[in-house]
Amino acid sequence: MLRIFGKIQRIGIISEPVPRRDEPGLTELGEQLKTHIGERFSGSLAIRAVDAGSCNGCEIEIIALNNPYYGIERFGVHFVASPRHADMLLVTGPVSRHMEAALRRTYDATPEPRLVIAVGACGADGGEFGTSYASCGAVSNVIPVDAVIRGCPPTPFDLMRGILEAIGKKI
Amino acid sequence: MTTTEAFTPFLRRLEAAGLTCEEQAAPGLVPARVLAVQADDWGRLGNEASLWGCRWVAGWGEDVADTIRVNACFEKAGAYLVARTVLTRGSPALPSHAPSYPGAERPERHVRDMLGVSFTGHPDERRWTRHQAWKDSDYPLRQDFPTAGRPPAQTPADHDYNFLLAQGSGVYEIPVGPVHAGVIEPGHFRFQAVGETVLNLEERLGYTHKGIEKIAEGRDAAGLARLAGRVSGDCTVAHAWAACMAMEKAAGLKVPQRALGLRAVMCERERVANHVGDIGAMLNDIGFAFGFIQFARLREQWQRMSREAFGHRFMMDCVVPGGAASDLDPRMMATMSDEARDLRRQIGKLMAIINDIPSVADRVRGAGVLKPEYAKALGCMGYVGRASGVNFDVRRDAPYPPYDRLGVTVPVHHYGDVNARARTRLEEAAASLELIEALLAGLPSGPVRTPWRAPDAGAEGLSLVEGWRGEILTYVRFGENGQIARFFPRDPSWTTWPALELLIHDNIVPDFPVCNKSVNGSYSGHDL
Repeated sequence: MLRIFGKIQRIGIISEPVPRRDEPGLTELGEQLKTHIGERFSGSLAIRAVDAGSCNGCEIEIIALNNPYYGIERFGVHFVASPRHADMLLVTGPVSRHMEAALRRTYDATPEPRLVIAVGACGADGGEFGTSYASCGAVSNVIPVDAVIRGCPPTPFDLMRGILEAIGKKI
Repeated sequence: MTTTEAFTPFLRRLEAAGLTCEEQAAPGLVPARVLAVQADDWGRLGNEASLWGCRWVAGWGEDVADTIRVNACFEKAGAYLVARTVLTRGSPALPSHAPSYPGAERPERHVRDMLGVSFTGHPDERRWTRHQAWKDSDYPLRQDFPTAGRPPAQTPADHDYNFLLAQGSGVYEIPVGPVHAGVIEPGHFRFQAVGETVLNLEERLGYTHKGIEKIAEGRDAAGLARLAGRVSGDCTVAHAWAACMAMEKAAGLKVPQRALGLRAVMCERERVANHVGDIGAMLNDIGFAFGFIQFARLREQWQRMSREAFGHRFMMDCVVPGGAASDLDPRMMATMSDEARDLRRQIGKLMAIINDIPSVADRVRGAGVLKPEYAKALGCMGYVGRASGVNFDVRRDAPYPPYDRLGVTVPVHHYGDVNARARTRLEEAAASLELIEALLAGLPSGPVRTPWRAPDAGAEGLSLVEGWRGEILTYVRFGENGQIARFFPRDPSWTTWPALELLIHDNIVPDFPVCNKSVNGSYSGHDL
């Protein structure tokens, strides 16, 4: 146990301040996010991630949001297991036709007001897979979408910024 | 004996058994040998191959020139044999290989759903890849099936799939998915349990079927490389490499030595990233947050370096037909070597802490045991096979450049539990870190790309690449104007998904997450 504590102390806190990479500055955006989450979601935003047919690249980056570098929970954002507990759906695509019904049901199970973000090049417009006998393409072809985060896959920073912006936009 | 000669006794054996078969020349498939077999003899071929000790690698079909061609690939001692047969388009039927090879069961169902070949003697009549997006009389890989298909306005759920039913008092079912609790890919698991103990697990996959084989048709080489890089995003380098190698073999294109070195560096980086991240994820699944966070930290650092060196955190689209997308900055080489040494040290220190914790050992030892005989029968590849005594690695046993000039250490364990798979992966990561140093030290100078030159129509290529999950087989055939006519990538997940059903037997339901993670099959790579 002592060695665990030792290791933790030696590594210290590695979570990064959200860098100013783009306009508007992300630090301000982060502060706004905290405010928005505070006001509209009682201090905590619950996200249900849905893989509706992705290549799994986007999932790795969504999981990275929880690693100690990004630590998205510090902004009051956490991932939940059930759509019934969620304020937001983070949907990666393309939506395969075999996942179409499951995605619709997940959407229906999410209480209002709900935000839907389409993630990745495929979630945005079908990406490399497009629309076919097997793929519905963009998430917006299946359920209403409030915001899009592009990238193949979007980096954790892109995801963080996109989530923050989507919340700022809504209402 | 060279690899091409290894199958000679087998061919004699087939002749003696009275099979009508003829060896064919197929330059793009070398060093694999190609054997044309009569359709009636297909089942006997499978039986003879099984008796001779071959592994069943993959099976795929093709609708070409008014016939249905079916291929099966076998391997023994690092030598490969592709058997092929031609069927009429009307009602193509073929004796199944599944009675001789359990690992052929799902691949044959895939061929049946996609191409309409019925396999006689197959033990499972149910659909596999097909859910409800197309009718059972439609076959997406047939030439007359439009890529757009004829999908219903809304595709219904596949609710009438005939799962094995639970019987008996006290037996209950747990349906899980397709939308899973964590941030992972979709699929359905149907458990039958008594109390906490799993009696049976049945997998239902195909939810992420995106029509990859179909939409590959008509692409140019660069477009296919991009698509192959998205067969399974966590394995983008290895799949793109496999697709490019198959295309390059079809085109007879020589790739610069430096490009091969860079591909290998990227492929080993991908292996390390996934092994390190998954060790953390396994520790998370047994509730050991410290280990999870520490390994997540290491993975993040590693991926940042990949971005710095190659421009992308997963090195997506960095392998292109004819070579690599960009060269490595000379300053990065020393940095990457230092980083590899440092990561090895860091993993060592962490494992010294983790190995000391009895509750970790308690959860991973004896959990999810895959018996060596099952792993062998299913043809399990990668760390799943190697943790259960299957001593095979394409980089060592059927080496392709640049591995042909490197010694690849292949760790093998025999106990087949979660612990053995985790150990195998840690040892593989360490071996990869050494390989990265060796590759960087011996990186040849010169160009990183040869201009792409499309081959004539009909040219075909076959490649075998050791991705981090194991052996990837990719088959490519070109049509007119350098366009792809057929692309078949066989992700190693095909060989390990069935193993999960077996290794979970008699474990408790709460151990499923860690057992599943220790295998970590790709849904996308499997569903295509």
